[in-house]
Amino acid sequence: MRLFNPKRAFRVWQRHLKVYTKLYLSSLTLNVVEPVLYLTAMGLGLGAYLTEMDGMPYINFIAPGIIAYSAMFAASGECTYGTYVRMTYQKTFDAMLATPVNLEDLVTGEILWGATKSTIYGTIIIITISVMGLVASPLIVFAIPALLVAGIIFAEMAVFYAAVVPGIDYFNYYFTLVVTPMFLFSGVFFPIEGLHPVAETIAYFTPLYHLVNITRGLASGALPWGDMLWLLVCVVVLAPLPFYAMRKRMIK
Amino acid sequence: MDTVEAKNLVKDYGDFRAVKGVDFTIRSGEAFGFLGPNGAGKTTVMSILYCMMPPTAGDVTVLGMDVVKRPSAIKALEGVMPQDDNLDPDLSALENLIVYARYFHIPPRLSRPRAQELLRFVELNDWADTNITKLSGGMRRRLILARALINDPELIILDEPTTGMDPHGRRAVWDNMENLKAEGRTLILTTHYMEEADRICDRVAIMDRGKIVCMGTPEGLKDSTGTRNLEDAYLKLTGRRLDEGHDA
Ligand SMILES: Nc1ncnc2c1ncn2[C@@H]1O[C@H](COP(=O)(O)OP(=O)(O)OP(=O)(O)O)[C@@H](O)[C@H]1O
Ligand SMILES: [Mg+2]
Repeated sequence: MRLFNPKRAFRVWQRHLKVYTKLYLSSLTLNVVEPVLYLTAMGLGLGAYLTEMDGMPYINFIAPGIIAYSAMFAASGECTYGTYVRMTYQKTFDAMLATPVNLEDLVTGEILWGATKSTIYGTIIIITISVMGLVASPLIVFAIPALLVAGIIFAEMAVFYAAVVPGIDYFNYYFTLVVTPMFLFSGVFFPIEGLHPVAETIAYFTPLYHLVNITRGLASGALPWGDMLWLLVCVVVLAPLPFYAMRKRMIK
Repeated sequence: MDTVEAKNLVKDYGDFRAVKGVDFTIRSGEAFGFLGPNGAGKTTVMSILYCMMPPTAGDVTVLGMDVVKRPSAIKALEGVMPQDDNLDPDLSALENLIVYARYFHIPPRLSRPRAQELLRFVELNDWADTNITKLSGGMRRRLILARALINDPELIILDEPTTGMDPHGRRAVWDNMENLKAEGRTLILTTHYMEEADRICDRVAIMDRGKIVCMGTPEGLKDSTGTRNLEDAYLKLTGRRLDEGHDA
């Protein structure tokens, strides 16, 4: 396998940033709407029937989880639908590959862009819940690099999936079978210790679980090093998949 | 030095052999055309020359470098006009050129004036800020040509440059190609228009079913077939091969 060239990968990332700032930046705040809906419906609506969760008001419990959820959806959406459209319908990949950009540079750019969106979207939620007074510790700023690292994982998974599916309709399965279950069972809404031991073990092996531990830990003033290490290892372990699958798909 | 040297070039797509061992060399400053019916393998050969995919077998060097070993370095010196339209639909005409230039590490400070000059070159300067989805097919073709020139390439690869263009547009692109040739650049093109090949190309190779069936100057091909124009020569050469039976 070839290695990527950071400078060329940056050029790919830069193209995505350019298109994003041109077309979508104005709608950035709209992306807060859905997470805030969850936060209020669950936190206040459901929370009204709960006294406490893990020793804190329910809305304070789920608020850091919503950061993680938002980051997961950002990279997953970008690197499934977005990557697939660029690869097939728009032929953006073909255009780039006729320049000094090689496939590995391109895949790296896609992943880093997905991770960037995770970071942006997660950060918006950090700001939102801080303004709402739901964060106890200023350590929450350290969640931002964690969003980037976890974003890389979500992007690696999504790019891999985009590289192997035969058509755009298959992304429904990815969201139904991977993203949504992670969202529901990785500790965003309740501690996974309450789950069946098998489910708990599965949850332990999801990146979202560790990201939730990190955001929730930092929000209450703890430094979850173990989870951070877990994410870093996961980045490296998953890395070959998107590169291998994209090479197989794109290079005849 | 030869700009392109291909020896026994073979390309398989799965079980299907699209290019069946071809040899050719293209000299610096030459305009070289690949002709041949649909599916002959022209685009496949071109894609290998711009390192989109590796050859299955054979040796291919472009500008003195091996296409498998040094793709980035080769692509930095090439300008490519692909057969398919792959302009960036999210961007305007000018932005398309500036963003593309960045892939060559050319900063907007330098690419912007160059892009504006190229838009004039292909007569699209009035459309600089128009989103490309609002351009006509022929205008998009010309924009792709401009994009191929953004890095001031030594070698320009044009896969059906004038397909879908009206007669004025085609003449304009012929003028563009002649100017590029006069500047000493090497041109490799494919076309289904024999008039275009006759006018632009110093030499042509006629491909059929993955092989080069003959190669020479347009004049030479006309003489050897006893025809007066390249189209008749082409029909005679490819027709004869088709008569010879199925997949000899
Ligand atoms: N990605 C691919 N996968 C499988 N087969 C392919 C692929 N690309 C091309 N082919 C096959 O290889 C052969 C040569 O195709 P190619 O596109 O090189 O022809 P061409 O000479 O450029 O034709 P045209 O004049 O129609 O552009 C064709 O039979 C085509 O079906
Ligand atoms: Mg073709």
